[in-house]
Amino acid sequence: MHKATESASNSRRPACSAGDKSLVVENLRKEYTRGKPVLKNINLTVAGQCTTAIIGPSGTGKSTLLRCINRLIEPTSGRILVSGQDICTLRGADLRAARRRIGMVFQEYNLVERLSVMENVLCGRLGYISPWRAWLRKFPQQDIERAYDLLDMVGLTEFARARADELSGGQRQRVGIARAVMQQPHILLADEPTSSLDPKTSVEIMELLREVASVNDIPVLVNIHDVTLGRRFADRVVGMSKGDVVFDGVPGDLTDEHLKLIYGGEDWLA
Amino acid sequence: MSTATVARPAPFAVNWWARFGYLLAVLYCLYALSILDISWDRLLAGLDNGARFLGAMFPPEFKRWKLLIDNLLESLQIALISSLFGVLISLPVGLCASRNLMPDWLTWPARAFIAVCRSFHPVIFAILFVKAVGFGPLAGILTLIFASIGFVAKLFAEAIEEISLKPVEAARAAGAPFLSVLSFAVLPQVLNRFIGFSTYQVDSNLRNSTMIGIVGAGGIGGTLAAAFQRFDYSFVCAILLAIIALIMVSEYVAVRVKGVFQ
Amino acid sequence: MSAERIWQRFTPAERMARFVVFLVAGILLAWSFRTVEIIPEFLMDAPEQVADLFKRMWPVDYAYYERGVHAVLIETLHIATVGTIMTLGIAIPVGIMAASNVCRVPALNWLATFILVSSRSVNTLVWALLFVAVFGPGTLAGTVTIAVRSIGFVGKLFGEALEESAPGPIEALRAAGAPWISVFLKGYWPQVSPAFWGIALFRWDINVRESSVIGLVGAGGIGMALDEALNLFHWDRVALILVCIFAVVVIAEVFVTHIRKRII
Repeated sequence: MHKATESASNSRRPACSAGDKSLVVENLRKEYTRGKPVLKNINLTVAGQCTTAIIGPSGTGKSTLLRCINRLIEPTSGRILVSGQDICTLRGADLRAARRRIGMVFQEYNLVERLSVMENVLCGRLGYISPWRAWLRKFPQQDIERAYDLLDMVGLTEFARARADELSGGQRQRVGIARAVMQQPHILLADEPTSSLDPKTSVEIMELLREVASVNDIPVLVNIHDVTLGRRFADRVVGMSKGDVVFDGVPGDLTDEHLKLIYGGEDWLA
Repeated sequence: MSTATVARPAPFAVNWWARFGYLLAVLYCLYALSILDISWDRLLAGLDNGARFLGAMFPPEFKRWKLLIDNLLESLQIALISSLFGVLISLPVGLCASRNLMPDWLTWPARAFIAVCRSFHPVIFAILFVKAVGFGPLAGILTLIFASIGFVAKLFAEAIEEISLKPVEAARAAGAPFLSVLSFAVLPQVLNRFIGFSTYQVDSNLRNSTMIGIVGAGGIGGTLAAAFQRFDYSFVCAILLAIIALIMVSEYVAVRVKGVFQ
Repeated sequence: MSAERIWQRFTPAERMARFVVFLVAGILLAWSFRTVEIIPEFLMDAPEQVADLFKRMWPVDYAYYERGVHAVLIETLHIATVGTIMTLGIAIPVGIMAASNVCRVPALNWLATFILVSSRSVNTLVWALLFVAVFGPGTLAGTVTIAVRSIGFVGKLFGEALEESAPGPIEALRAAGAPWISVFLKGYWPQVSPAFWGIALFRWDINVRESSVIGLVGAGGIGMALDEALNLFHWDRVALILVCIFAVVVIAEVFVTHIRKRII
């Protein structure tokens, strides 16, 4: 524990310079049942084009943390600042406007299977247009142009009219990423984006996420249970255990000692 | 030589429960038939009667075809109008009744309303509406609107409860307003089934619209009941043939329309 | 890439087909609204009339239950049950004839389909009118009505279940030289029996509803009591009968859902 907190406060921080697009989590606490916190006291700042990997055992609150950030789950206490705005106090239309600035990529892609790839990508604009226009599928021309550009980027242009359920897992996750970027977010959250994919595709998706971070100049926060993959692609690793941050530093500093602290036991390291 | 006498378990276990059940069913039938005063003699007398009845029905008489067509068209109108309103009302009611999207205080009254619509046979609604708004197609339309809600809204609510909530989560995370979440993440998942229920209900409304006239709620049923009362069985036969033809045409159309919407 | 990339949800052909469907539906509805004979005053008056109806229904005449409702309520349940059992006896052979994998004679398939379609196409109340004319008013007409009307439903679903059964065990039995009846009893029946009992229960549930109204045209059961109360304008008794029907229907549905869960 000692060592970890030491390295968490270590000055050796990755190149995550503060930009105007940032996420600050202060003293975040979440209890589903009273007195049993899932997240105890999370403090986290991400900014710049930095890719941050959150690692930790299942059930330690990684998913809850990400969902608290865009308030799909209500935090119990604490503050969350997205580009300087506290989103914990927002309601209704203000909350929706804040959510537009937070892109999210899901483990199981969360596409609408019966809609076309194009419609799924345009889903990312739903926060910007009225329900009436959404119903009639009357998206502004620049949105459609942008959607095509994003499909070019993820290499799925020829699938624009295909239905989402015709795609493979990796292709679906690319659509999921395109949808998140479509929001023009200030920050991108990815909840286990590679857990349902094979190793090769996982690597491609992680590369894509890094590319998104640099092209759009936004920080990316990735939950990942694959430590090797996290180490390889992240500029910064945050280790969580039992609702607490127990490691925060560059991947190079992550030792077996830290991993033992995060995951417990040691047999699996051999 | 003792092996020959070793008792092996019977190869097939005798299902005493099933046998007991069948026995019970037979005994019940005998009891119920005596209660209902149904006997072989009456059945045979009825069959004899039925033969004469069939004789009186054929050949069907189409001399009053104008009356027939008029009333048939009225049935069709009742079915169409009631389907329109029934389906339109079923959309919000079914949505309100779906427990995965809506809060309890809204699903509860919606489900109770659907249960009442479903529990009563359309004829009972028809009687009440005939008393309320008088004889004629209006009573029939109101009747079938309620019947439609009972069926379509219930199945629609069930369909919504079976959807995957993942796209809903994604749309909400993108900051979509509730109505956009519905049109992008919910409706695409249930639209096909909703169209299926609706076309089925149009068909069902058409069948029922030929019947509710018996209690005075408009359509061909009234003519049919009148023909029965006048023992005009050849006209009854004509009416029945016309009804069957109308329903067959509507089934064909329903299949084609479903094809358009996949 | 081209200057402006457009995207539309449907192809032109799909849009055309949808447009035609909507157009035809619109024309039919417009025609219906224009020609249907509705007196607007009656519609305006309706809420008042319904309120008046409820006022006259209240308080419900519970005292009448013993005297006038209990017996016919039980009779209704008997009609539904016996009618359903009679249906099963007829629907099994008809369903077998309709299943083209079991019965390979096209003429019999057609005959079965004809029986099923005509049973379903004619409404219960119309069947009831017919059988009241044949057997005279009373429970016999009602029971036969329920039985005949249910054949279409049970036979159709049973036939479909048979057609969906796996061919493997059937082939094995045929290969062993089993006679037709053994093939059916040991090959098909075990596969479809849960579905069959499910269908029978489901139909019984429907029949409880139907048997509660066929009395309106004289075919026995609680509907006859309802008819009488309506004709005499005993609205408090009408209310009682409606409450009883509602209760029985709800109990039947709960009962059936419960048993179906255990069968399937």
